[in-house]
Amino acid sequence: MNTNSTPRLLFGDLEVGGRLPPLSHRVTATTVVLGALASRDWRPMHHDKDFAIERNGTRDIFINTPNNAAWFERYITDWTGPFGRLGRLSFQMKTPVFPGDEMRFDGTITALATDGEGCGWVDLELDISVDGQTRTVGTARVAVPADAADNPWKRRGARWQP
Amino acid sequence: MSAADDLPDAVRKMIGVPMYEARSEFPIEIGYVYNTCAAVGNGNPLYWDDETAQAVAGGRIAPPTMLSVWFRPHYWAPGASGERKAMQAHFDLKALLALPEAVVASNEASFGEPVRIGDVLTTCQIVRSIGPLKQTRLGTGRFWTVDVRSTNQHGDWVGTESYTFLGYRRPGQ
Repeated sequence: MNTNSTPRLLFGDLEVGGRLPPLSHRVTATTVVLGALASRDWRPMHHDKDFAIERNGTRDIFINTPNNAAWFERYITDWTGPFGRLGRLSFQMKTPVFPGDEMRFDGTITALATDGEGCGWVDLELDISVDGQTRTVGTARVAVPADAADNPWKRRGARWQP
Repeated sequence: MSAADDLPDAVRKMIGVPMYEARSEFPIEIGYVYNTCAAVGNGNPLYWDDETAQAVAGGRIAPPTMLSVWFRPHYWAPGASGERKAMQAHFDLKALLALPEAVVASNEASFGEPVRIGDVLTTCQIVRSIGPLKQTRLGTGRFWTVDVRSTNQHGDWVGTESYTFLGYRRPGQ
């Protein structure tokens, strides 16, 4: 049996205040440009340093919004495994992330709830920092299996209430 | 829905009205899923391994946070002139309010039915709120929020993204 087909994280194993393992990543210009082009974001401040400096007043090109979302998703599902299903994601990029920065991701469980359909919801507080200074803050709501037989991805219609 | 008191009529009329209904320019495809996962080092087997995708999600799907990816226009297309922009409602507001610069202040999304490879999505943009003119660190500007609601070819809701922008004029601009 494919080991990916068995949930690795179950709702009952979690506690409020629990922390996700941190993740660190050194950002390069390639990181920024790959993320921008993968998200079909052709705006020049994500690939043209002169434009970013002159028009945005920033010191360099910087990570774009949809790519920041993709980074958060990767961070969350690294932890949940493939059975984790994202219901909501919200974030504010307070200060841009530039080439040369080492991003550090942190996450904390702020609430645990089971809805009327038996779906196990985990609320997370998220943070991206560089050298201890917060750059982006966010929150997420992710469904994880209530038990070994549950699979959030199979929930449809009224059984999925993000 | 909310609006500041000092808005031009043309702007006020935009609030709460679904605009710019559009279909994704190509069916959802695995290449962009790989590009996105590779850009952030996302090794989730749901997006790389057929067997896992079948067992867990009933087939290949795209990461939920890719929702906006499918609606950004090609940079160039035959017959197109000028820069082609996603979020036209946002660019309309920049022009109508004479605020030439803008940044995304915050971004919220909720995700519905999974987006599957081969799906064709439809989206619309709804201006939800526009705030009063204020002084910010970047210049004089306003915050506004635009919802982008998406459905698949079966009419199922696949997600809504809400972007709050700060549109502004730099000092002296």
